[in-house]
Amino acid sequence: MDRYLLIVSTLCFLVAIAHTILEMRGGIFRPMQFNFFAVGLGFIFQTAFLSVRGHALGRCPITNLFEVIVFVAWSIALFYMVVGPAYRLSLMGAFTAPLVVLLQLFALLAPIDKPHRGRLPANSWLEFHASISLVAYGAFALACIAGVMYLVQERQLKTHQLHSIFYHLPPLTDLFAAITRLLWWGFVLYTLGLVSGFFVGEPLPWIQIICAIGVWSLYGLILQGRYLHWFAPKRVAALCIIGFSAALSLLWGITFTARTHTP
Amino acid sequence: MNLFCVGLSHHNADVETREHFAGNAETDCALRNSGCVEALLLSTCNRVEIYAASKKRVSTDEIARCLVRDGGSHHFAPAFYRYEDEKCAQHLFRVTSGLDSMVVGETEILGQAKKAYEAARATGAAGRYLHRLFQRAFRVAKQVRTHTEITRGAVSVGSVAVDLARKIFGDLPNCKVLVLGAGETSERTVRALVSHGVADLRISNRSPERAEAVAHAVNGRAVAFEQWLEQCGEIDILITSTSSDVPLLSQEKLAPILRERIDRPLFIIDIAVPRDVAPDVNALDGVYLYDIDSLQSIAEQSLATRREQIAAAEQIISQHVTEFDRMIARGLNCAENASEHPPIGENSLRTSES
Repeated sequence: MDRYLLIVSTLCFLVAIAHTILEMRGGIFRPMQFNFFAVGLGFIFQTAFLSVRGHALGRCPITNLFEVIVFVAWSIALFYMVVGPAYRLSLMGAFTAPLVVLLQLFALLAPIDKPHRGRLPANSWLEFHASISLVAYGAFALACIAGVMYLVQERQLKTHQLHSIFYHLPPLTDLFAAITRLLWWGFVLYTLGLVSGFFVGEPLPWIQIICAIGVWSLYGLILQGRYLHWFAPKRVAALCIIGFSAALSLLWGITFTARTHTP
Repeated sequence: MNLFCVGLSHHNADVETREHFAGNAETDCALRNSGCVEALLLSTCNRVEIYAASKKRVSTDEIARCLVRDGGSHHFAPAFYRYEDEKCAQHLFRVTSGLDSMVVGETEILGQAKKAYEAARATGAAGRYLHRLFQRAFRVAKQVRTHTEITRGAVSVGSVAVDLARKIFGDLPNCKVLVLGAGETSERTVRALVSHGVADLRISNRSPERAEAVAHAVNGRAVAFEQWLEQCGEIDILITSTSSDVPLLSQEKLAPILRERIDRPLFIIDIAVPRDVAPDVNALDGVYLYDIDSLQSIAEQSLATRREQIAAAEQIISQHVTEFDRMIARGLNCAENASEHPPIGENSLRTSES
């Protein structure tokens, strides 16, 4: 039954994408309220899914790759709901929806929703460690999306080819400020997740620790490079995309080893 | 009731003719005497139009007589256009939506139409017919602006520069601008930036007197010509328009300066011919170089986009014309409309009915 909630949520995000495509084909691009509404509705169904699944499991629903992916998608939508209106980045919905759909479609279609036999033992530190790290992924994903928007805007300004979307993208400096804030949010949350990992009371696989430290170091390097003027804003935006792609790949590794590790 | 519009615009009359028929202090009175129950004069730099409602037909010639500026008779008869009933509504809807403007999609006309309506309402010259017509016209204009891209993009070099600056920096008041070479076009561009809040202006010119003069005119400060390159480390926008035969700014000169300001973009507007800035400067990270051709090309691109939107705008207008026509045919006395009647002034044109 909970999968239906996820399907409806995916459909809401698909509607946001379809609306964007239709508007762009018509040469008119007004992504403001509609996208926010569609993504908001999708977020409500995501939350309902996680809530139903969480009740059934009796713990935070991040026990297999399927749930982890949905949790990341939920974190992305959550950050969009918080960050989008605050930084007047409503267009972000047009970029957020495809990423969420991609993640949720993969979760729904791939045979990765393998239920655990028996009830999993409760470990609040482990749940906190895993969930806060995945929420940090939401911030990194949004930084990646803002990075894509930055590069699109930058490219059009450089080539002097201004398309319809150009007029709806936020200014470069605003986008860069949003990228920096999202990187900070993600980095702080991820650090919290990493530190809390040492309190779970049971040994974690070394590969998982190395992957987690790798992601943490990568984002630490991006932030350091940004403040020490090693990288121009364009490079920071590109690194946000590379960083999230790497983090997402490593997440699979972390989840895989965690699954073999979980009793 | 006969609803009509008589007028002259940039389409069919030159500025001298439009000036001659711009109306006078007696126009209201003359229109009332000619038989108009309601009348409104819309006079802008591109058009002079009378929108009126009358029980009997008022000839175009009579309206033209009311519009003669010096109050005397007009000794030449220009081709006034005349639109009646739904054609009149359609014309006004096109005017307020900017479709009939010299620069398609300009929005100034909507403000001018609102002012003209307010003035006519205040004196009571606009009654319920014109009230309904103009309220509908304002609605149509808003809908056209919201549902099409008729107003998208800037269509002059100065406004394109401002648009691009806002796309790079967001708010302009904190931007520092250096003007290199104090020519007429650069001064116009600076004024466009100043109108958007730019306050930190530095002017550099080979002739210090000219730099001082322009700095004084735009409320900026003059900078010695020998120091302009150093300023590039601090500024956000550089406007160049010198008469130099060779480029003044190259990648080699700018790259070391940019290393100090890697996280701040630099927007360069090069309106000089021949160009003051070598084209390869655009390849530097964080530098956005626009010459006069690229600015003009964006302006033309915006204008073309606006023209492409005309069909969509006409469709919206046509729907409203049909609805308006139906409403007029039903009559304006039904209860649903009663509450929307404007307050009528004491010297209403409609008093002539009694």
